[in-house]
Amino acid sequence: MRITQPVLGRRALGALAAASVAGAARAQGVSGKVTVVTSFSNDVTGPFKRAFEAAHPGTTLDIQNRNTTAGVRFVQETRSNNAVDLFWASAPDAFEVLKRAGLLEVYKPQAEGIPERIGPYSINDPEGYVTGFAASGYGIMWNERYMRANRLPEPKEWSDLAKPAYHDHVIITAPSRSGTTHLTIETILQGEGWEKGWGTIKGFSGNLRQITERSFGVPDAVNSGQVGIGIVIDFFAFSAQGAGFPVKFAYPSVTTVVPANIAIVKNAPNTAGARAFIDFLLSQKGQEILLEPTIRRLPVNPSVYAKAPQGYPNPFTGSIGLPSLVFDVGVSEKRYRVVDALYDQTVGTNLEGLKRAAKAIGDVETRLARRDNAQARALLEEARALISAMPVTAEEAASDEVAGAFSGRSGPGPRQAELEQRWAGFAREKYTAAAAKAAEAAKAAG
Amino acid sequence: MATTPAIEAIEATVAAPPAPRARRWAARPGEALAFGLVALFLLAFLVVPVLTVITVAFQDRATGGFTLAHFGDFLSNDLFMRSFFNSLYVSLMSVAVASLIALPLAYFTTRFEFRGAILVQTLGVLPLIMPPFAGAVAMGLLFGRTGSVNLLLDEYLGINIPFMEGLNGVIFVQSIHYFPFILLNLTASLKNIDRAMEESAQNLGAHGFRLFRRIVLPLAMPGYIAGASLVFIKVFDDLATPLLLNVREMLAPQAYLRITSVGLEDPIGYVISVVLILFSVLSLWISSLALRGKDYATVQRGGGGLVKRRMSRGQAIAAYALIAAILLLVLAPHFGLFLLSIATIWSYSPLPDGYTLAHYTRVFAESSQYITNTLIYAGLAGLIDVIIGTTIAYLVLRTRMVGARWLDYVAMSALAVPGLVLGIGYLRTFFGITLPDGSSLAAFWGIIVLALAIRRLPYALRACMAAMQQISASLEEAAENLGARRLRVVRRIVLPLMAGGLAAGFVTSFATAAVELSATLMLVQSSDDAPLAYGLYVFMQSPAGRGAGAALGIIAVVIVGLSTWLSHLVAEHGGGRKSA
Repeated sequence: MRITQPVLGRRALGALAAASVAGAARAQGVSGKVTVVTSFSNDVTGPFKRAFEAAHPGTTLDIQNRNTTAGVRFVQETRSNNAVDLFWASAPDAFEVLKRAGLLEVYKPQAEGIPERIGPYSINDPEGYVTGFAASGYGIMWNERYMRANRLPEPKEWSDLAKPAYHDHVIITAPSRSGTTHLTIETILQGEGWEKGWGTIKGFSGNLRQITERSFGVPDAVNSGQVGIGIVIDFFAFSAQGAGFPVKFAYPSVTTVVPANIAIVKNAPNTAGARAFIDFLLSQKGQEILLEPTIRRLPVNPSVYAKAPQGYPNPFTGSIGLPSLVFDVGVSEKRYRVVDALYDQTVGTNLEGLKRAAKAIGDVETRLARRDNAQARALLEEARALISAMPVTAEEAASDEVAGAFSGRSGPGPRQAELEQRWAGFAREKYTAAAAKAAEAAKAAG
Repeated sequence: MATTPAIEAIEATVAAPPAPRARRWAARPGEALAFGLVALFLLAFLVVPVLTVITVAFQDRATGGFTLAHFGDFLSNDLFMRSFFNSLYVSLMSVAVASLIALPLAYFTTRFEFRGAILVQTLGVLPLIMPPFAGAVAMGLLFGRTGSVNLLLDEYLGINIPFMEGLNGVIFVQSIHYFPFILLNLTASLKNIDRAMEESAQNLGAHGFRLFRRIVLPLAMPGYIAGASLVFIKVFDDLATPLLLNVREMLAPQAYLRITSVGLEDPIGYVISVVLILFSVLSLWISSLALRGKDYATVQRGGGGLVKRRMSRGQAIAAYALIAAILLLVLAPHFGLFLLSIATIWSYSPLPDGYTLAHYTRVFAESSQYITNTLIYAGLAGLIDVIIGTTIAYLVLRTRMVGARWLDYVAMSALAVPGLVLGIGYLRTFFGITLPDGSSLAAFWGIIVLALAIRRLPYALRACMAAMQQISASLEEAAENLGARRLRVVRRIVLPLMAGGLAAGFVTSFATAAVELSATLMLVQSSDDAPLAYGLYVFMQSPAGRGAGAALGIIAVVIVGLSTWLSHLVAEHGGGRKSA
């Protein structure tokens, strides 16, 4: 004891000194310019900027708005002489790309009371590179005037959107264009299984009017009434309501609640400032800003919901999200690009064919509702099976041969473009066959 | 202007001995210098940055070596081939429709005593200034399936016209958007036609449409071809409109979608970019064939263009009605944008629910720096473009320098380079270069100006080319024979005679640079240095910012419109002086 005591003491002293140095550095270092590359709009960044600068006098938060692609590219291309402190965006895949490229720095925030997981997802990157600061759920948004004028009932579930009544009234972003849409697709696939999941996805995809290339295109179209129903992330709908648009939103029972993230860029010029901003985001005060009408995201700190207005969705009470689902990150990562490409090829480029088949099936369905016919029903089932069919199984999608073609890794096997050509051809054939089956069913129905 | 390298290069030709000009294969030292400077400029700010990005198209993934396998994939893919033919069809049809819009506007305003000709020509430029996103929303609100027009049609007639759907929708929007290229260049050309030609034809008995078809239009061909080839290439390479209408089966959107997917290094996107570039150069070559072997130059310029006629009352009413109808159609998007900028909420109804000026208040309070930046950037870019455009036109048309034609092709290929590719290329090439104050060259706002200048150079270049094609070299030779040295000839003869074309070139470059976004978004490094299009982008990302974005768009339109009007005035003034 006598021998070890001083050692311990010294160690404790050292730790104390280190802590105080760190503390001093923190108090001192939080000044100057903190540069943030973000895809969030002024409506989101403005309140945080004002509050953060008020909380840390002498600091300025320099916001650089870029869309996610441009933001990722910017950080990648400027790595040699990095001038960015923080990367702040929704899309989880953007952070994944930056992390894999070794462009992020680990930081463990100081905040307390923030749970491990939200729904099936863990809030923070397990290795500490990426910090979740808010959550958002996916759901269905609609324009009330549009629905009234077209006499459409309010949808509640994903499966509702596959009904004939909604044909040509739905809009979505391609999963290859939006990390959050990708997660929704992936969650459906993991929740319902590969085959059944694609059936659900193609079911509502047959009713699409458009697949937009930027995620804000979806709420834009619904807000202005160009399209009635959009599959969107919740805050798009809430902030549109806040701005006065006649829109409503519902979480289907199978939904995903995904974290929006922030991360420190490697070799950040102002690391102390970057850390202070993350800590601020996760502090009680920062979390409360998320409740503002123009922002409306779900705080990751459960205690903040006490201050939320009546009816504010709360993923921690199990009212939304899929608490039962365990999301397998490994599976998701392995087939990430494959799932995107499958959607692009079987739905995106073949949307016309898919819609034609879906419309034909819907028409027969409507007639069968009035006068049933067993033979026609059987034919419809066959047609549906043709639509649901996928060119690859879940195992193949995650195989080195297929996934490798999309990862840029060298190796044997077909190139990406060859696979895409094959998949598009497969889907085209199946949809034509499905439309023919539906025509047969129409004849059988009389 | 006198201090820029390109003009210095032209001035340097003064030093050369006045040798007979025609049939000369070797270049004068001054011309060689001009050639070298322009080539260097294009190399540094276009070729190298783009090459650093698109080499992926030729790289074997496994070995990193050279391969053409990706081009094989392109050719054997149904989707890409379909996209290619769709792009071709849409481009050709857009040229046809745009010509139908531009011809009457150009002809009536130059051929007749026409009140407000400058106003018509100014308003005619506005469609080029379709601010990104805001313009798209406005178009949708007016012409979309549930836009004002269709809501009204549906209510009163029970019909719905798909203006904005499918390939025809793309043709509709593209023609409205890009017909000013033809209008501007054709107007400049018509003004340059020697009046004597027309008078001789009339003396020989040609009148009316025959006179126009056989004499006026053929003489104005350089301007028309310049405009039409721009429309063709621009539509072929444009991605904004097809994406706004969600038409993906065209080449440019295919390339864009592949290049901008996060974290995806797919060579096919770059392969398509290479195909776009090659095809743009090819169509340019074809259009130059159309003009080859013909002489469009006329000697006399004193008359200042066609004889201006008075129209009879009936004719006048018909002409004004036609022009009003065309302007109403092509300016509808701007009207929609204006409504959006003063609307409270506009959703699924023919007109907004209410009106407010709050968006303008917000814009002026939050973002006045964008306006100054835009004027500086777009103005400088337009100036650079006109100088380089004139130099290239001079080298191609007045010297027989080997490779001059290639400057033209390389400069024009900028049309086919997606803005994002150029932006990435700039970061890759210039980020490592540090300025004396320690910051990166890529962070300097001048880089944005250069990117804008490169992206809009083709517009000015075609205009300068057309303008110089119409000047007879004999005028310059005459001046030289009278003892004028080269600099004096260029300054006193060539440039004044080209004034109209130069103005047209400046206006197209300036106006379109003012609303450029894709490269800008990559290069802006602080909102203090950001131009208007960036501010617009930032606003348009949230529902509450829609009105403010539209207000900023309207401000852009007004600024560019005023500048256009001013430069027309200057050009007219110059024209007045030279006829005196």
